[in-house]
Amino acid sequence: MPARVVVLGGGVGGTLAANLLDKELGHDVHVTVVDPTGMHEYQPGYLYVALGKARGHWLSRDERTLLRRGVDLAIERAIRIHPEAQTVQLERGGSLAWDYLVIATGARLVHDAIPGLVEGAHGFYSLRDAERLREVLRTFKGGRIRIGVAGIPYKCPPAPVEFTFMLEEYLRKRGIRGRSQVTLLSPLNRAFTIESASKLIQPIMEERGIELAPFFNVESVDPSAGTVESLEGEKVEYDLLVLVPPHAGQEVVIDSGLSDASGWLPTDKHTLQVGEHERIFALGDATNLPISKSGSTAHFEAPVIASRIASLVHGTAPKTNYGGRVMCFLETGNGKATALRFDYEHPPVPPQPNRAWHMAKWVFNRAYWETVPQGRLPERAPGTMPRKTKPRRLPMRLPRRLEDER
Amino acid sequence: MSQTIAKTLDLRGMACPIPIAKTAIGIRELQPGELLEAYATDPGSVPDFNAWSKTTGNQLVEQTEEDGVFRFLIRKV
Repeated sequence: MPARVVVLGGGVGGTLAANLLDKELGHDVHVTVVDPTGMHEYQPGYLYVALGKARGHWLSRDERTLLRRGVDLAIERAIRIHPEAQTVQLERGGSLAWDYLVIATGARLVHDAIPGLVEGAHGFYSLRDAERLREVLRTFKGGRIRIGVAGIPYKCPPAPVEFTFMLEEYLRKRGIRGRSQVTLLSPLNRAFTIESASKLIQPIMEERGIELAPFFNVESVDPSAGTVESLEGEKVEYDLLVLVPPHAGQEVVIDSGLSDASGWLPTDKHTLQVGEHERIFALGDATNLPISKSGSTAHFEAPVIASRIASLVHGTAPKTNYGGRVMCFLETGNGKATALRFDYEHPPVPPQPNRAWHMAKWVFNRAYWETVPQGRLPERAPGTMPRKTKPRRLPMRLPRRLEDER
Repeated sequence: MSQTIAKTLDLRGMACPIPIAKTAIGIRELQPGELLEAYATDPGSVPDFNAWSKTTGNQLVEQTEEDGVFRFLIRKV
């Protein structure tokens, strides 16, 4: 009987893990992906939607079209995980039995955790928010714009900085830069958590007249007064407020008693095993790992989980570990970008922003659907399983810079 | 001024900027003059706590390290 693997969540990590397991184990495994919507969202695109650079239609695909034929898709909401019985309970009744469970449920946005945020702030962390912000920006006549983070941790750490740079450029192109003040509210005393990246970013901010408000951890928003207040006790007025909403773990992992107090899964940083459960693995935004919550993280973690489950199914000792690898693009506006590549041991050394990285990000955005979920890109990512078949050719030629992603 | 610790935060294993954000939340619950103790393992927390206390005015009374764990003692202004 084939080993039953249930993957909760059809985002980048869940989809890739499911496809790699099916590819590697063939008839020895039966993989079922459980996803409440059955739609796969490319979230990095929301940033471009908010600034009118992209429309929503290329950001979403039917999950079924991204999964290998051998992988089942259940469009269901999982409501409870039973680690002892090895089942997952589904909202519409019934349950799924598993021999191995992969939790790739991601993070959820909890806008209402910050008083006044829903009424007073805009955002670009969901398609709806991004489209609403795009309409607001379209008729914006200039004013005080504050950009910040309303809760830590949050997905895609560079996104607020990227948005700030791209917005500044947008205002210049609209001819309202002179009438606008752009301020980045930072949880730290620098623009970005990673020191080396901050050293690169801050001079560009100064050059473009973007202000930095240090140690501003958002506590509340007062929409009627038009102010945002920090935990540190500062109050700032705004005409347009753009905040990353607070994040939390998914209810299914909290309700199942698997998560920590914040709703994140206690996960081994190398094996990606959840707590003491030898048959449960987690990846991506759902974990408590001290590393970026991003699609890239999930992308590099998925092959490790697939390889470890394959070893367990074959009765061999699992040997691949996750080394903390992450790779993020960071747009700096004016058609330039840099890249952050790092792992647990090596902090990033970002190159000076240039056009090549901006192009690479665009190519990656476009090539995503045909490469990442299928496992066609990270052929030699650390910890991937040895290939049995000849690598398939990429559907399009990638610039050499993208080699770094592989 | 009181020398008893009013609150202790275990920030071990957390990556920047979470320790600072948690400290900012923690210190809100204290009365002026009370002490907050925080344990962190992120080496970046040393410059971060120093800069944070300078910016916010909260006094970094003590800073020690033992076996890779940093201990910060902060007095609320």
